[in-house]
Amino acid sequence: MKVLTILNYQWKDLVRGKWIFGYALIYLLITDALIRFGGAGPKALLSISNVMLLLIPLVGMIYGALYLYQSREFTELLLAQPLNRKTLFWGLYGGLSIPLSAAFILGTILPMLYNGMLFGEHIMSILLLLSLGLILTLLFTGIGFWLGLAFFEDRIKGLGFALVGWLFLAVLYDGLVLLTIFVLGDYPIEKPMLALTMLNPIDLARIIVLLEFDISALMGYTGAVFNRFFGSFYGMVTAIVSMFIWLALPLTGATRRFRKMDF
Amino acid sequence: MIELRGLKKNFGRLTVLDDLDLEIPSGQATGIVGPNGSGKTTMIKSILGLVKPTKGEVLINGELVNDQWEYRDKIGYMPQVARYPENMTVDELFRFIKNIRGDKTSSEEELIKHFGIEPELKKRMRTLSGGNRQKVGAVLSMMFSPDILIFDEPTAGLDPRSSVQFKKKVRELKDQGKTILLTTHIMSEIEELADHLVFIVEGKIKYHGPMDELLNEHKEQRLEGAVAKMMEEEAV
Repeated sequence: MKVLTILNYQWKDLVRGKWIFGYALIYLLITDALIRFGGAGPKALLSISNVMLLLIPLVGMIYGALYLYQSREFTELLLAQPLNRKTLFWGLYGGLSIPLSAAFILGTILPMLYNGMLFGEHIMSILLLLSLGLILTLLFTGIGFWLGLAFFEDRIKGLGFALVGWLFLAVLYDGLVLLTIFVLGDYPIEKPMLALTMLNPIDLARIIVLLEFDISALMGYTGAVFNRFFGSFYGMVTAIVSMFIWLALPLTGATRRFRKMDF
Repeated sequence: MIELRGLKKNFGRLTVLDDLDLEIPSGQATGIVGPNGSGKTTMIKSILGLVKPTKGEVLINGELVNDQWEYRDKIGYMPQVARYPENMTVDELFRFIKNIRGDKTSSEEELIKHFGIEPELKKRMRTLSGGNRQKVGAVLSMMFSPDILIFDEPTAGLDPRSSVQFKKKVRELKDQGKTILLTTHIMSEIEELADHLVFIVEGKIKYHGPMDELLNEHKEQRLEGAVAKMMEEEAV
């Protein structure tokens, strides 16, 4: 019940801040534009997922850390009250991750709705896309929280690591994977490559998207390997399980840290 | 009764509280004095669970409260630097904390009148002056009539008139049999309010006992002199 009281306040504050509407608007405009220009088909969905794979981790991580810094007074006030730290943590986390997820889902789904795309043949792909976005939002907000807590006294460092972390996972990681393939291409590296993909949640999500739209052939040799592995039932299960392990990781780390911290 | 047993707190390599043993009696007022950085605030925060002790136990009414949270129901706390959510109005803040604590009974209105913050109720916390924030903190700490009240340098930002009002309120609470713990650098305040004195230097307790004993021991009329003497002895 106390979580609800906290969430209620946090949401009111977010609404007052207004930027959350801007965030939803971005998705709305992008989705609308992509459907307009690309047609209501898999092409538009693929473009939307490309935007989502970049934007969600960035906003989740940066704003996760920033939000924690902004709520510092709030946190200190509540810690002196008869309130479990766990309750407070989930109140703070839900206070950000739920509106962020809602903004993404609403912003993406609305143009699909009025373009009549939602109830077409692509409904499964759309659902997959939305759930991936949801998991990524929860996951990267969690990482942002973790970084924010780890550098609670040093905001610049916390935000810096969030930015560098995003750059690494979203951009540099792919380059490293390509480089590895290029250098070690003569060796049987299919299995290690699979493992490397699992180690980056953005890559993992990207692979799932590519497989859904059946364009893994574009990825060449490794694409075939991924297709063979992820295309099977066990491959899909592994991907989903890894995604959830990824989700649990920052959240356990952050809750544990929050429980032991001095304020 | 608040009991600290072997309380130790390190911040990195720095030892802030060094094996602290202390009993704070119920129904009386205890003043904590000590030089800047001696660990007064850290001690208070350990009692509240804001700071997690490296070692040692905190007991309240004989009950171990490390890592517990329900016990804070019995405590009202007024922090040294009062920081509140900037966008909340004073009114909203009071309502919010009432929701969190789920207490129905609250002496909020009487306290608001006592501290004269009615004109501030509709203002946002960010626009409030430091002194008015302190008063809001005082109301928050007292409005649920908790058994234990902890004030960390309560009068530091208050004007003389508010300061007198605050002290008057504290005396009232003392007469009601509340346990009061306060830190301050103003010795006259301790003389006025406290029955017991705790003197703490570099995380160790140098003196703990009734006020009058200390004065007799140092052959001083005023607390100021006695404490200054103790600090000088420490410095040697």
